[in-house]
Amino acid sequence: MFQVQPPEKLIDERGMRVDGRSPYDLRPIKLEVGVLENADGSAYIEQGKNKILVAVYGPREVHPKHLALPDRATIRCRYHMAPFSTDTRKSPAPSRREIELSKIIREALEPSIFAELYPRTTIDVFIEVLQSDGGTRGAGITAASLALADAGIPLRDLVAGCAAGKVENWIVLDLNDLEDKFGNADLPVALLPRTSELTLLQMDGMLSSEEFEEALKLAIEGCRQIHTMQREALRQKYSAVREVAEEEAVESEAEKKEEA
Amino acid sequence: MPIFLEKKQLVTPGELLAEGDYIAGDNTYKEDDKILASRVGLIGIEGQRLYVTALKGCYIPSVGDFVIGKVVDISMSGWVVDINAPYEAMLFVSDVIERSFNPQRDVLTQIYNLGDLVKAKVIAYDRTRGPILTTRGSGLGKITRGRVVGITPAKIPRVIGARGSMVNMLKQETNCYIGIGQNGRILVSGVTPEDEDLVILAIRKIEAEAHTLGLTDRIRGLIQEVKSKREGGNVSSSTSRETNR
Repeated sequence: MFQVQPPEKLIDERGMRVDGRSPYDLRPIKLEVGVLENADGSAYIEQGKNKILVAVYGPREVHPKHLALPDRATIRCRYHMAPFSTDTRKSPAPSRREIELSKIIREALEPSIFAELYPRTTIDVFIEVLQSDGGTRGAGITAASLALADAGIPLRDLVAGCAAGKVENWIVLDLNDLEDKFGNADLPVALLPRTSELTLLQMDGMLSSEEFEEALKLAIEGCRQIHTMQREALRQKYSAVREVAEEEAVESEAEKKEEA
Repeated sequence: MPIFLEKKQLVTPGELLAEGDYIAGDNTYKEDDKILASRVGLIGIEGQRLYVTALKGCYIPSVGDFVIGKVVDISMSGWVVDINAPYEAMLFVSDVIERSFNPQRDVLTQIYNLGDLVKAKVIAYDRTRGPILTTRGSGLGKITRGRVVGITPAKIPRVIGARGSMVNMLKQETNCYIGIGQNGRILVSGVTPEDEDLVILAIRKIEAEAHTLGLTDRIRGLIQEVKSKREGGNVSSSTSRETNR
């Protein structure tokens, strides 16, 4: 079967990575809010070659009923990769990995949500990975948080997710698929930026405690950059309509003056 | 005690609004002495109280609200009504018919059947149980004619306007009955379908351009423009097609 071969060098002696980034650069990120008509809230993220769509429904009635909690909303999350999202077909059935990611993404989002305002209801988050290139859990969290805000669900803060890691003795930010597969370590992090609380911290591979500290610092820095973009994306979505209407108002006033 | 943002400015969740001796109003929360936004919306200031007018959100019932609901289930003693809220509402027969309920004589499906739309009022609601409705009262009961349009419940106050300015203008200009449910459903019933089209067109525009200046005047302009076009022999087929989506 076809297998991806590791490139000879993942990072050169000057710190240039396989996709031309420096060790401290994020991949280019595009964020869009409110892309789905039927969902209560939605968001789309492109981070490098990652393409992820998130839909949020709720607060709404819980089915099956026994999952309802008397004092707060139940939060359910499904992370799913489309069969065509990877270079070899992925079975559409939820894998062990996807079930785990669904759980950790839910736990990363939960602290940000005022769930106690909607007892006996559910908030459903659907994360659909359309194309994956490493770091999808972080990107999924980033987009899911935006979708929650778009659904009008009260949040303490937006959650931003990002990974750092170690590739050939370099500590690098925002690993792509190649670096994730053939690098030495991967450290995904999700952050509540205002209070600097971590809501997700995982690691695979080997890092010394100094390297870990450095990678964590870098990942947190990346989350902060992403958070600024998240805010910008929300602003853009909600100020666009206002601007159009205000322009119209100015135009119609100008017309009135001309007529007079 | 600084306020960091101006009135009517757009804020996102987690954004710092003010620090110091302020009261956290709607869609904000307090942490130590900081007031922070919890939803996307526009800031408002009322004395010492800071609040955020949400731009989107679900309907949370409150007692006294006028709502438009759909019958989704029938039980022994009443109906289950979908009122576009996270909770299903109950409508008991005792809150519908004037005399006492006799299960042998009164057939529930003859009063309201599955799928019927009803105008109702919320008479009881707390967080431990679902809302309870009544259709006893003037202007309440089954909807027999007209059309129901849905918008984001957060924008209902805009359709009503300051002291009802917007809805009164719409009624005046189009001669339609307009019943606004707090749950984001609006009943429009007029003499001709064209009049109803016009109101729906206006409601869609209000929804898209809520929170902008001089909206009432612009909506009036839009209605008059469409009306004059129609009178000029140019039947508003294009607008009606658009609003029927």
